[in-house]
Amino acid sequence: MTATSGRGMNGAYGPMLRKEDARFIRGKGTFVDDIHLPGMLHGAILRSPLAHARIVSIDVAAAEAHPKVKAVITGRLLEGRKLAWMPTLSHDVQAVLATDKVRFQGQEVAFVVAEDRYSARDALELINVEYERLPVVIDATKALDHGAPVIRDDVAGKQDNHIFDWAAGDKAATDAVFAAADVVVAQDMLYPRSHPAPLETCGTVADMDTVSGKLTVWSTSQAPHAHRTLYALVAALPEHKIRIVSPDIGGGFGNKVPIYPGYLCAVIGSILTGRPVKWVEDRSENLMSTSFARDYHMHGEIAATREGRILGLRATVLADHGAFNGSAQPSKFPAGFFHIFTGSYDLQAAHCQVTGVYTNKAPGGVAYACSFRVTEAVYLVERLVDVLALELEADPAELRMKNLLRPEQFPYTTPTGWEYDSGNYAHTLQVALDLAGYADLRREQQEKRVRGELMGIGISFFTEGVGAGPRKHMDILGMGMADGADLRVHPTGTAVLGISCQTQGQGHETTFAQIVAQELGISPDDVEVVHGDTDRTPFGLGTYGSRSTPVSGAAAAVVARKVRERARIVAAAMLEASPDDLEWDNGRWQVRGDPEQGRTIAEIAMAAHSALELPEGIEGHLDAEAVYNPPNLTYPYGAYICVADVDPGTGQVALRRFIAVDDCGVRINPMIVEGQIHGGLADGVGMALMQVIAFDEDGNCLGGSFMDYLLPTSMECPSWELGETVTPCPHHPIGAKGVGESATVGSPAAVVNAVIDALKPFGVRHADMPLTPANVWCAIQGHPLRTDLAIP
Amino acid sequence: MQITVNVNGAEYTREVEARLLLIHFLRDELRLTGSHWGCDTSNCGACVVWLDDTPVKSCTVLTAMADGHEVRTVEDLERDGVLDPIQQGFAECHGLQCGFCTPGMMLTARWLLDRVPDPSTEEIREALSGQICRCTGYENIVRSVRWAAEHADADQRLDHDSGEDGSNQAEHDGGPG
Repeated sequence: MTATSGRGMNGAYGPMLRKEDARFIRGKGTFVDDIHLPGMLHGAILRSPLAHARIVSIDVAAAEAHPKVKAVITGRLLEGRKLAWMPTLSHDVQAVLATDKVRFQGQEVAFVVAEDRYSARDALELINVEYERLPVVIDATKALDHGAPVIRDDVAGKQDNHIFDWAAGDKAATDAVFAAADVVVAQDMLYPRSHPAPLETCGTVADMDTVSGKLTVWSTSQAPHAHRTLYALVAALPEHKIRIVSPDIGGGFGNKVPIYPGYLCAVIGSILTGRPVKWVEDRSENLMSTSFARDYHMHGEIAATREGRILGLRATVLADHGAFNGSAQPSKFPAGFFHIFTGSYDLQAAHCQVTGVYTNKAPGGVAYACSFRVTEAVYLVERLVDVLALELEADPAELRMKNLLRPEQFPYTTPTGWEYDSGNYAHTLQVALDLAGYADLRREQQEKRVRGELMGIGISFFTEGVGAGPRKHMDILGMGMADGADLRVHPTGTAVLGISCQTQGQGHETTFAQIVAQELGISPDDVEVVHGDTDRTPFGLGTYGSRSTPVSGAAAAVVARKVRERARIVAAAMLEASPDDLEWDNGRWQVRGDPEQGRTIAEIAMAAHSALELPEGIEGHLDAEAVYNPPNLTYPYGAYICVADVDPGTGQVALRRFIAVDDCGVRINPMIVEGQIHGGLADGVGMALMQVIAFDEDGNCLGGSFMDYLLPTSMECPSWELGETVTPCPHHPIGAKGVGESATVGSPAAVVNAVIDALKPFGVRHADMPLTPANVWCAIQGHPLRTDLAIP
Repeated sequence: MQITVNVNGAEYTREVEARLLLIHFLRDELRLTGSHWGCDTSNCGACVVWLDDTPVKSCTVLTAMADGHEVRTVEDLERDGVLDPIQQGFAECHGLQCGFCTPGMMLTARWLLDRVPDPSTEEIREALSGQICRCTGYENIVRSVRWAAEHADADQRLDHDSGEDGSNQAEHDGGPG
């Protein structure tokens, strides 16, 4: 692939080098902690050391007496302002600062504002909190036991730890399919609690201007416009007096979608002191208190004919949502998109049932590039297909090939109601098998097994639904998920695009410039993308769930086409032709049949701004606005193959190869797409082999630092081998689908399938992630570990 | 206590608390915010700077330990408007996404290339193994370091706003895909 600058490009899609890199390679990015305002104070949070305890008293007198402390905020103080609790995105409430009880280790109890960050930390040591310990609920499978401690006694009448029961699909039809099937296999599997752990932790700088009443909040936010509205609703501040700025963001992965107590405390701290307040959490705070991911205890069943025709799927899930239902997901379904669990297969019927419970753990659940639970769904079905292959003694590739949806079935409505837009699945799987040299790998595996060596080949085929989302299924606290875009074209023909989503590393400043450039026939270098500032950009719901290209990318294309149509009218006047006689070709409007007679956007923009008489319908300039309301999700898919070697003596897994063939429709910037896939694959390797947020029986978090919560490094990651197929999205203006989360969603199952395949000589059918050496070794002995209750 | 540190060629004499971490001295006192703080525990490497000629994790170095020593940060990689090849390599090979780990990665890679001018991919992975990137999956970082090794004398500027000579058109090794 050849990456170029955008200079002189006409036809702007392709592997263009990123505009944003110029500042990052010089250390000139502006992350939240880089912001320094005159008179700025620093905040720090006192957190609960206990997982469940009643607060008897909080004594802040000594902290307040610290010479550098400017304010100490407690839940009691917030109660007076009706701010002790805040709404979550899942119709629950979450304590901002605890008043009655603490419900997980690391919960926010008090907030100190001081002159510098060291003094703020010092003052935390001076706060004396008396706790009365309560019994804890850590094992989700025991959360609904009779007599289990009730975590949410703040909710009137609450007698248990139950949050919701929810189901999708036709239960009777599914049960009938299962009753008649030749073969039914079942498997329990845990998708353990994980954490997105962006390298930059969460933080904020809040600045309330006491004269104008304007609140400016620089924040690690993946959704600045949504945050603005939420601040207005929660804090009863006028929305036009709130400006949220997401500056450079050091990775999001869903961790930076919610509003956290620290953000609100910084805002309140600024209001109380009249000075800017910075709060940046440390790594342990990030891992122990902010939005975790997964924690799904799943029981899956798959029904098939003896010949390997898959007929139906059933799943029952216990979902651990932690102490507050803070699941940051926009769907009307409490389990997010989990009911996409039928995957990429042609089934007769399917049914899933999900029960959500409270435990004494940090709130969250939807984060970490999961596409709102598609990750869990894909993992379930792809593990089940491999378990079925084992049962039928079938080749996992052939079994998948036999059951994948066929091109002529699209658009395809799944048994649980999803409307897949386009796909040519078998082709994509075949490309992956060819890239891998699948038959040769299987031969090598046979030879190695004879010698007692453990080699595994794992396949995963996934379908995602991304681009939230259609109003019938999605909203954020009642707000529909349409995204705006505005495009200004300057007299000299350069342009400024304002978008509502923003980059956390995805390269929006480049990709979105390419979208506009492609539509207007100008260079991407001549398009400046403005994002991440609610005062300067149109409303939209933010960057997560792989929605930027499907929704805001569509808005960018639509607004550019609006500009182009306005330009057509001006060009017609310039060319003394009817607008109907013009055609857009080669980056300019020209008279049909007379390509010599044409005008570029730059020429037209100057004319549109000129003192010349303008044609009817053009008041001057070419600027336009658009709002894109997605009619459906986009459905990217892919075929992944992992080759793993396992040391039978130690259980150590080494990934030798990873082949990933993604189909995300039209690729605007293939270099960026491939980079995102690389990153997602590393996430999958981490989840499959290393990462888990486990707890001990007292509710102590065992993954509270990078010493304990292990992330993949350059040593664990193989050199990724990518391929691609392109099946355009039929309903997206430029045929693109989202891709940012595809690899995170699709890859864990491929890694686990590879390891379990390697362990086939020992009769191992399943072991839960993470497949650490100890866990693999125990699986070889016939006793895989319960990975969520102790670090194996 | 009073300390004197040479940072990127300039002498700084400051009164600091004995407990002040070097990363906070660089970021909060000198406002050199290119070095980032990521984990507290020396695991992530976002804070890597050079202390004299050695990459260190400045979140676990006391400023006092740098008294009388030289510190080099990402801000010193570009000299007289000329990018270091490692900076150029990261841009050319899409070796960064969010950019948070990038300064530390580049400083370790620069140290490696000064000692091993033509490293293998295995040597690069080993050298960077104490640093975490959450975005790239490392492959393009490895390619970036290789690019820098292959363009040791490169003096091209990465500046999208200047010139029309197309000088930053470059080969990008997109891999097997």
